[in-house]
Amino acid sequence: MEPLNALVSLSNFMLIPALAYGSQLALGALGITLIFSILRFAHFAHGDTMALGTAAVIGGTLFLQAQGITEPFGLPTALLAIPFGLLVMIAYLLTADKLVYKYFRKVKAKPLTLVMASLGVMFVTNGITRLFMGVGETRFEDGNRFLFTVREFRDFTGLAEGMALRSAQALTIITALVVMVALFWFLNRTRSGKSMRAYSDNEDLALLSGINPERVVMITWTITAILLVLAGTLYGLDKGFRPFNYFQLLLPMFAAAILGGLGSPIGAIVGAYVVAFAEMGITYAWRRVFTYLMPEGLEPNSMMQLLPVDYKFAVTFAILVIVLLFRPTGIFKGKVL
Amino acid sequence: MSLTARDLGLFAIMFAVLAMVAMFQSPQLAVTILNMSLISAIMALGVNMQWGYAGLFNVGIMGFTAVGGLAVVLIAQPPIPEAWAAGGLGILLGLMLGVSTILASVIVYKRMTPSKMRGLAIFAVLVVGYLLTSYVFGPAKQAVQAVNPASEGYLGGAGLPVIFAWPVGAVFAAGVAWMVGKVSLGLRSDYLAIATLGISEIVIAVLKHERWLARGVNNVTGIDRPVARPIELQPLPWVQSLAETLGWSVSQTASVVSGLGYSALFIFVLAILIWLAERALNSPWGRMMRAIRDNEISARAMGKDVTRRHLMIFVLGSAVCGLAGAMMVSMDGQLTPGSYEPLRFTFLIWVMVIVGGSGNNWGAVLGAFVIWFLWVQVEPAGRWFMEIVTSGMADGSDLKQHLLSSAAYMRLLTMGVALLLMLRFAPRGLIPER
Repeated sequence: MEPLNALVSLSNFMLIPALAYGSQLALGALGITLIFSILRFAHFAHGDTMALGTAAVIGGTLFLQAQGITEPFGLPTALLAIPFGLLVMIAYLLTADKLVYKYFRKVKAKPLTLVMASLGVMFVTNGITRLFMGVGETRFEDGNRFLFTVREFRDFTGLAEGMALRSAQALTIITALVVMVALFWFLNRTRSGKSMRAYSDNEDLALLSGINPERVVMITWTITAILLVLAGTLYGLDKGFRPFNYFQLLLPMFAAAILGGLGSPIGAIVGAYVVAFAEMGITYAWRRVFTYLMPEGLEPNSMMQLLPVDYKFAVTFAILVIVLLFRPTGIFKGKVL
Repeated sequence: MSLTARDLGLFAIMFAVLAMVAMFQSPQLAVTILNMSLISAIMALGVNMQWGYAGLFNVGIMGFTAVGGLAVVLIAQPPIPEAWAAGGLGILLGLMLGVSTILASVIVYKRMTPSKMRGLAIFAVLVVGYLLTSYVFGPAKQAVQAVNPASEGYLGGAGLPVIFAWPVGAVFAAGVAWMVGKVSLGLRSDYLAIATLGISEIVIAVLKHERWLARGVNNVTGIDRPVARPIELQPLPWVQSLAETLGWSVSQTASVVSGLGYSALFIFVLAILIWLAERALNSPWGRMMRAIRDNEISARAMGKDVTRRHLMIFVLGSAVCGLAGAMMVSMDGQLTPGSYEPLRFTFLIWVMVIVGGSGNNWGAVLGAFVIWFLWVQVEPAGRWFMEIVTSGMADGSDLKQHLLSSAAYMRLLTMGVALLLMLRFAPRGLIPER
């Protein structure tokens, strides 16, 4: 039973949280990579836009709760508010594009000018989010918080170690899977998706074959909005909503996109899980797992934690540096402009 | 120097506005704004070197200023002998072991032919090095942090005059910048942005977490100041007579005098930097830099080593940011790692450079003044605005409370709008490059 206990303990404290975190990052990194391959700039407002989308969902949740419409089938009310968040976010991003980015596209500004513009949008978005939500933490998770708890699992299996599966985590993993499949179906099978890929591959050729660039851009922002709202809501359900944490997600999301190869959707997903598992694995205290696995008398007497949790950015950064040094185009050969 | 009448006019307006603050709000506020503007101006100069001269996108300014701030603690604070006795040697040895581990793995990588063996060897070196380092470093760190933790718990500094910390802060920042630049320059331009974003978060994490270094989130306070404190000035006869002539209270006069002392120091540093920067920009070196920025490919074809020049300017610019960071900490007399926020210390500086005029040193300085002034003044203005908006609402209503309390965030919105408007309608800034 010892290896089984080790596996259960590992799943509970590392594998499941990392899988959920990786799924949240993947949705975000997909957005970054899409914007990068279509609009060709690094979207710095990503984290803050995600926060605003989540804020809209929280607003919707509060409204629904006030109306007495709560917890569909024991699931979080926020799920019902997601369509509202989507509408707000799509409208917001399209407006931002019309007011800000469109002009720079028209004058064919350098990519870094667009990045600067996204800094401006970041400030504005950040301000709006804080106007509504303040800077403190908001928790909006309701419904049945656990699919099964540690105690239930222990009673059921008779193991010494327990494992819990929170509904937020399960929801995250399932949603991410569904969204990824849908996105790949869209990119590979539909006319709009194909025109997006064509535009990203060769802008001039795509224009010649009659693809409307503004339509492609609009679709890109819409998809990004969907990804952002889902990623943000799931992250918020899982870990609570704090605007600054969303800003800080920028680094792991970018790291994931670069690691997988900027501009490659499959790369963004793989990169996100690599970043998530590395972050959790290196800051995880392995003591319990090793206590089960090592023979009697050889149990570790330290925490067996490679780095304190405060340094999870350092892990992301180290991965990034290694990729930049050895494979600047990322795992899946992204674009090098 | 290349200042037109229009530029001088803009500066004159700025100083007139500051004078009005002194008259209608309070002289202390005007001096505080002036000092922080001067420090921001130095940061903006550093960023302008990187962005304006060379087109490098650095979003890790916060990290470089924080490293400069750390230098102040390490130079000016008195050493703590008990802490050194408890674990000083262990910490030094641990740091050396950590560095040699990395060096050893680099050597293995360079010396061995690419194969599975090499990967295994590097892995082995890293594991052994990690175990050795943590074996030496861990206990030493605990021992140091256990020494009088309420007020000390760190190694202290070198006990030197605080003014020495400024150049040292610049050197620290330059060292960090060299490492970052070495890795990420020469690749896509966005990569430098992400790398600097990462390193700045790591610097702050280290400052917050490594309590043996600078007490972490417990802050180091009461650092020696280069200028006399207001409380020391108050009993002086000339301060008292000055207060009488001006008709101010003695404490107000003392704090204004002390603040102006800093202003004089900062202006001196800024003047030297501007002089150097202008000389450099208009020298063959500066022309080469701009040539590289405007067309990398043709500069390369002319035989310029673009990556090395980029590294050079990146290190220089970051050093200037580090200098400013050190100056800021020595003005506050405290290092508070918790107060470093990317929006305030990285992105706000960017707004200053863009609004002021990238590529123009005077533009960066003016931008720093204008934006810092807005940053300080928008908050009360926002509150005033919200009070007008909410004046019709019933007292104590939730919405009114919420609107009033969120007035503080108006400044972020204002900064974003200012940046976007400038980018759209005056992309060359208030004082354009010429």
